[in-house]
Amino acid sequence: MPDKKIRVLIAKPGLDGHDRGAKVIARALRDAGMEVIYTGIRQTPEMIAEAALQEDVDVVGLSILSGAHLALFPRIVSLLRENGLDDVLVVAGGIIPDEDVPALNDMGIGGVFGPGTPTDEIVDFIRGQVL
Amino acid sequence: MTEELVAGILAGQRRAIARAITLVENDGSEAQAILAAIHSHTGRAHIVGVTGPPGSGKSTLVNDLALSFRRGSAGHPPQTVGIIAIDPTSPFSGGAILGDRIRMRDLAGDPGIFIRSMASRGSLGGLAWATADTVRLLDAGGYDLVFVETVGAGQAEVDIAKTAHTTVVVEVPGLGDDIQAIKAGILEIADVFAVNKADHEGADHAVQVLQMMLDLNSPGPHAVMHHSRLIEVAAIAGQTADTPAWRPPIHKTVATRGEGIDGLVEAILAHRAYLERTGNLVWRERERAASELETIIQQEALRRVLAHTDGKQLAALIDQIARRELDPYAAGQLLLNQPSQAYRG
Repeated sequence: MPDKKIRVLIAKPGLDGHDRGAKVIARALRDAGMEVIYTGIRQTPEMIAEAALQEDVDVVGLSILSGAHLALFPRIVSLLRENGLDDVLVVAGGIIPDEDVPALNDMGIGGVFGPGTPTDEIVDFIRGQVL
Repeated sequence: MTEELVAGILAGQRRAIARAITLVENDGSEAQAILAAIHSHTGRAHIVGVTGPPGSGKSTLVNDLALSFRRGSAGHPPQTVGIIAIDPTSPFSGGAILGDRIRMRDLAGDPGIFIRSMASRGSLGGLAWATADTVRLLDAGGYDLVFVETVGAGQAEVDIAKTAHTTVVVEVPGLGDDIQAIKAGILEIADVFAVNKADHEGADHAVQVLQMMLDLNSPGPHAVMHHSRLIEVAAIAGQTADTPAWRPPIHKTVATRGEGIDGLVEAILAHRAYLERTGNLVWRERERAASELETIIQQEALRRVLAHTDGKQLAALIDQIARRELDPYAAGQLLLNQPSQAYRG
């Protein structure tokens, strides 16, 4: 019967094509009972914001290994806000230097999870923020 | 809040439509109010179901079809397109991975297209509980055409035929012999066949097998099998000897290269025209209304009985059934026949 599920969009912005990590996260969130919309690699900020709007997700998870996070993330966050998705939690993972994390937090990225983060930690974080 | 959402949906605001779909999926009381308010604004969209086995290329075909309908052609003006893409929910965790958008990248950035991924959430017929209501929201939101892509379907997932006006069944070469093709089930609900991956070996054989299956169908009442309600045969307007039954056309496609899509588009348009010409469209809408009303009554009756049944009493009845002291039918009657005042409010 119908019930409330946490909906998560997993997207890879930018040009790197390594989606292993994104798939591992998608699978872990699925196993935690969430509905994961997986959009694949090479997504533009516009595509991500549009998909988040249509899918009415609670969480947007961004995976990036190219180093372009400081260039791409602000655009994604501002497009989400433009679309009226003010309450969407945005989290990020991939190769993101520690010194960049405060800046990302300031621009509205709720959590940054680097390599080696236990997937349970990410699941708990999302549950804590969304429920 | 509800009125604002309804106004947004009717104005075609994507955020309002997306929010309403979530409410419908979560089955809140607000969802019922929204659906009630938009009901009179629905019935305009042409609903096209796309079903077939996992990996047969349904998402890629929907991508191609949506592009083609958006473009339009000499015969038909460009249409706006809503897409509902359903993937299975894990029976263990209740979670799901919805990956159909990966194949629909070409559609990004077009404001005339709205894609919603949906988990089946335990529904077994190839759709989700919320699919039919989501179709209505997109219909009310002004989308001319609504594609419903089912979960990868085997043989028995035929619910799509109750929701769609036109059902496209996607087959691929090499799936089985002609015995598979004369079994009951998914092949019977096709209004149009697409033999996708037609560049693979065995495509012509797959087409032949389908042709043979169609040749064996008796003329006339065949179209009625859509809803497996033969009893309704006489009631169908236009289904008489002088209006020949629809024979599902078979189109070879290679979705990844966009080949054969024009033919498929023509077939969908021709089927819509057939439904309108024969009065079949009206009949299908009525069948759909009947089936939906039945579901609503079932769910509401269940809800009321459970709401007014003491948990302990229910558990005791279940124990009695398991111990073979009471049969389940008698227990059901007992619950349904509780004093009528119990059902008030």
